[in-house]
Amino acid sequence: MFEFLMSEAVYKFVRGPLVWIAFFVCIVGSAYRIYSMISLAKKEKVLLPYLSLKYGLRSILHWIIPFGSINWRRHPIITIVTFLFHICLVFTPIFLLSHNILWYESWGISWWTLPESTADIMTLIVVFSCVFFLFRRIIASEVRFVTYPSDFLILTIAFLPFITGFLAYHQLLLPYRAMTILHILFGEAMLIAIPFSRIIHMVFGWFTRAYTGSEFGMVRHVRDY
Amino acid sequence: MAVAEKKMAVAEKKTEKAWGKIVDAGLDEGIKKLTPEKIEKVINKALAAMGGARLKTYVDTCIHCGLCSEACHHYLSNDRDPSFAPVAKVKQTMWPILKNKGRVTPEFIRRAAEIAYTECNLCKRCSMYCPFGIDMAYILLSVRRICHLLGVTPLYLQDTAHSHAVTMNQMWVKQDDWIDTVQWQEEEIRAEIKNPRIPIDKEGADIMYSVIGPEPKFQAQLMGQAAIIMNVAGINWTYPSFDGWDNSDMAMYSGDHEIMGRVKRAHFEAAFRLKAKKIVMGECGHAFRSIYDVGNRWLGLKMPPVPVIHAIQFYYELLREGRIKIAKKFKEPVTLHDPCNVIRGRGLGEMARYVTNAICEDFTEMQPNREYNFCCCAGGGVINCGPPWAKKRAISNRVKAEQMKETGAHIVITPCHNCHSGIEDIIKYYKLGMHTKFFSEILVEVMEIPEEFKVG
Repeated sequence: MFEFLMSEAVYKFVRGPLVWIAFFVCIVGSAYRIYSMISLAKKEKVLLPYLSLKYGLRSILHWIIPFGSINWRRHPIITIVTFLFHICLVFTPIFLLSHNILWYESWGISWWTLPESTADIMTLIVVFSCVFFLFRRIIASEVRFVTYPSDFLILTIAFLPFITGFLAYHQLLLPYRAMTILHILFGEAMLIAIPFSRIIHMVFGWFTRAYTGSEFGMVRHVRDY
Repeated sequence: MAVAEKKMAVAEKKTEKAWGKIVDAGLDEGIKKLTPEKIEKVINKALAAMGGARLKTYVDTCIHCGLCSEACHHYLSNDRDPSFAPVAKVKQTMWPILKNKGRVTPEFIRRAAEIAYTECNLCKRCSMYCPFGIDMAYILLSVRRICHLLGVTPLYLQDTAHSHAVTMNQMWVKQDDWIDTVQWQEEEIRAEIKNPRIPIDKEGADIMYSVIGPEPKFQAQLMGQAAIIMNVAGINWTYPSFDGWDNSDMAMYSGDHEIMGRVKRAHFEAAFRLKAKKIVMGECGHAFRSIYDVGNRWLGLKMPPVPVIHAIQFYYELLREGRIKIAKKFKEPVTLHDPCNVIRGRGLGEMARYVTNAICEDFTEMQPNREYNFCCCAGGGVINCGPPWAKKRAISNRVKAEQMKETGAHIVITPCHNCHSGIEDIIKYYKLGMHTKFFSEILVEVMEIPEEFKVG
């Protein structure tokens, strides 16, 4: 098993075609989900006419700013962890030096990168946030009551690329090559999972928020934050 | 067969609550006529008709974080029992329905109906607390729609829907009863003001005033009070003598969209027939929701086809324009309950405060207030589910009792019929020693009666 993981062939595969497949599935899959959602929404004749750019954005703005909405203010710890988790989850992979090197090697493009020590801390933030969410799921009764195996799966999908990335960078536990291959595989799994799981909230959340914001702002004339 | 049964979603076991097992013939007898095949067929037909954009997107977006829990008075009042959290109600109803593509047992439908009709008031407070703005009230209203199509609705609520279907009003009021009540109230208020008029079928009036069925049925004095205000303010107004005078719509809450549409159409048509410039609604919340949010959309109308304003706004305009003057402000300490359908539903919060301050001397806010206020636990058709559910309704709103008690007020102003009755129940159950009042009740008491109207 190890030798297989360590093999050049596997590395080449996960580093090459599988990256293409993962990004393709993620982007095309998510685009298709948006397309089918909007098609369905058009059939519900009373839905799209109530959308308002102004109030949709007002609502999004209040909810993507930490403590910008009433419920974020009510739960300071959850708010801090949630924001740190999502910021680190999204931006660490994009601005990581080693990822940039890969892009540069493949396509000759690169951009600003995070200092390595900062990236390291951000990775750990994701890892510990996952642990926090796991315990919250188990301990808080209102969360436990609505927890399904799929919730743990989603958490695991988010957890694995970061923990393996961390271990690979620090060359811990497994040989570097093996850990790197695992890291790439889990990263690709996450990309592929986006359109097929409730990780799709990263795509749909903007739409649901904008719709409710529009209803509350334009029709109901009240705040939704 | 065994395998098929295994795949079917069954109702989750529930811990026994203080109210015990509630018998409701509408639910208990209703499910006896169901078979899993029939349920599956009806649900899939219903889901196809709903379109599913919102349902599907909401269910796929929900990350099961539970942050909506504390928005709900049922959850807070039942000692944070997780099964009362908004997301938990969706988990026990719509998730299994969608996941199993309608393959659920009759007992599951019984429990789903109990949750959708009696454990959610559709107040939409949770939408304000969900990071994604998921509209859980919409999801539970969709569950009600399914229950209605399956013939599993609480008996008392169904009776009001039947009444709407037969009489176009909520309370089985016949046309002669209606006209007689209007004229009786005109006679009644002659003791209060000189030569009052309650015009019936007056064409081209500025305002068609509309009330809910229960007003002529057992709260006719409210119609009299409205008439005093109209006369003193010099409003050119009228009531229709025919169907459409009732603005209420319990069919909206039972899930009977077809009847809801008919009732709303009749209401708008009445205004058209009288060539009225606008409709003013009495102090009712759900009636406003039915013309402004739910019923109009079912009829394909983005907004009501006739301008409609709620009594809060009407009183606000009368006071601001000085058409009604205040002789002596109301002395007793009051607090104000913000009804979800006109405050969270229409943003009349500031107008309600303007009116309160204009007519009352000693006003203390509830905390939280305005669109963040806690629901009365009566709205959403829950009080209309009748006596079997009354105790559960009171227990499930302890948080409201605590919120009101803190104000130290003697009077709770409730500009909504469901809130008015429901909060009175809560006051009694928790022995708060308060009373609910409509704005109109206080307004009539404190307004200045000009010389020409004084009974001499």
